[in-house]
Amino acid sequence: MLVDLSAEVLSNTRLAPDYNVVAFAAPSIAQAARPGQFVMIRTSPGLDPLLRRPFSIFEHLRDADGRLVGFSILNKRVGAGTSKLYDVRPGDRLSVLGPLGRAFEPVHPPHEAWMVAGGVGLAPFASLAEALAQRGTTMTLFYGGRRAADIYCEDLFERLGVRLVVTTEDGSRGEPGRVTGPLKRALADRQRPTTIYACGPTPMMRAVADLGAEAGVPVFVSLEPVMGCGMGGCYSCVVPVRQDGGPSHLVRGCLDGPVFDASALDWARLEGVGH
Amino acid sequence: MADLSVRIGSLELRNPFLAASGCFGYGVEYARAFDLTTLGAVVTKGLFLNEREGHPPPRIVETPAGMLNAIGLQGIGVHRFVAEKMPELRRLGATVIVNVCGTTIEEYCEVSRILSDTEGVAALELNISCPNIKEGGIQFGCSLTGTYDVVSAVRRVTPLPIIPKLTPNVTDVASFARAAEEGGADAVSLVNTFLAMAIDVETRRPKLSNVLGGLSGPAIRPIAVRMVWECHQAVKLPIIGMGGIASARDALEFIIAGATAVQVGTANFVDPFVWRDLVAGVDDYLDRHGIARIRDLVGRLELPGQDHR
Repeated sequence: MLVDLSAEVLSNTRLAPDYNVVAFAAPSIAQAARPGQFVMIRTSPGLDPLLRRPFSIFEHLRDADGRLVGFSILNKRVGAGTSKLYDVRPGDRLSVLGPLGRAFEPVHPPHEAWMVAGGVGLAPFASLAEALAQRGTTMTLFYGGRRAADIYCEDLFERLGVRLVVTTEDGSRGEPGRVTGPLKRALADRQRPTTIYACGPTPMMRAVADLGAEAGVPVFVSLEPVMGCGMGGCYSCVVPVRQDGGPSHLVRGCLDGPVFDASALDWARLEGVGH
Repeated sequence: MADLSVRIGSLELRNPFLAASGCFGYGVEYARAFDLTTLGAVVTKGLFLNEREGHPPPRIVETPAGMLNAIGLQGIGVHRFVAEKMPELRRLGATVIVNVCGTTIEEYCEVSRILSDTEGVAALELNISCPNIKEGGIQFGCSLTGTYDVVSAVRRVTPLPIIPKLTPNVTDVASFARAAEEGGADAVSLVNTFLAMAIDVETRRPKLSNVLGGLSGPAIRPIAVRMVWECHQAVKLPIIGMGGIASARDALEFIIAGATAVQVGTANFVDPFVWRDLVAGVDDYLDRHGIARIRDLVGRLELPGQDHR
């Protein structure tokens, strides 16, 4: 059920300079939301910024009795809307519309699930990891950042039984280099059928899609196109998708995504438009 | 509850609040959020005869109290619309106004003919004002004879109410409303977006792939109200006003300036449930002012120095 709530901010946890997690009280959205879905948040009641911002559902939040009471989002301060969200306080109320979009399909054992996250691309994976854990699926998170300050929330994933492989480009944390390095090795050594879920910068997702295609491993990506409405009304968030190997055509990222089968995407065109 | 129904030519609408073309998909996208009969009518995304790809992203950018768009009229074409969207819109009971596009007068006529034969299409809005495509549309909307020619040609092929949508990117919009009236239009809708531009100064690149886009949102509202007022004085046709409407008070401003109905676009992106507030707010206003019917408020601007007894 799609709703627009005036949701109370329960907490704002600063993870690192520019990164924070905002928890919202929103039982109905939490109950309806599946991993990979997103919400549209109005970061200001006024006209600046005018439009809502899309955010993946990060965690499903539960009370002491295990009831779903809300959700959190992972925010990176980059512009006007995300700066407002960086500064919210407990007790503030923000308009939250959701849940929206196509979700990830969590795989069951004996399939393994490998999540590949670049920076704030970690956002859809806490709720996915929870869903995978419920199915007893073996999970690995390949988690890359530029530097140590881009890496956070590892404990959250460790608690869910996720094996972590961390990389940083400057070598300040985990393995030096890009996340595709250990992913490539893991694909070569893979013992069991595997599905890859990826979210992060477009070049990273494209590299992961290529590695998955070479290895014959399905890859699902969560894209983050610029969205106007999140409802399918404006046609701003279009993504080039191929049907039956033909030329790509533009589909709405908010309705047909944000989760896509990576093999159906026209990556050259997607990178060309600077998503 | 006051009487919110209005008439646009032969078209009876349950209320004056319409979803603006290009801002509401094909309407069906919103049926999961609320009952489409909450609206006076849905105005669909613009349709050519054939499918259109539109412009590459980035297609939108925010600006102070507004946004620019250059979608480029991506659309499924009239045939797929009739086959794939109309059955659902009929089932939902929506009042459907289809936004008709063309690169030639013949194309406007062909699309209009097809829609006239389609059950459930209540009226045609003629898009002669999209600022974002090179061919067709705006070339008619920026010329008085072009406006007259498109409207009079479509008039000959359809019994449906026809509503040319006017561009504000002209010196005297009222003269275009007159040309539409002479061509046989049943109403005019205005304003489409204002041709505009935004630049990233760090990269010195335009923020939209199309370089230029159309400005919408609260930023344009006072100009749009002025243009509705000018057209109201110039023609007898009903006017459908739009431009930055986000609240009942904004809608009332257009109605008092002379709009029989209004369209809401950008505000629907911000709040897809805006319709409830519009209906409730206008109803409350009419109650407070002892006005029984919204149609009695149309064009009732009080000018200083006039005797209004």
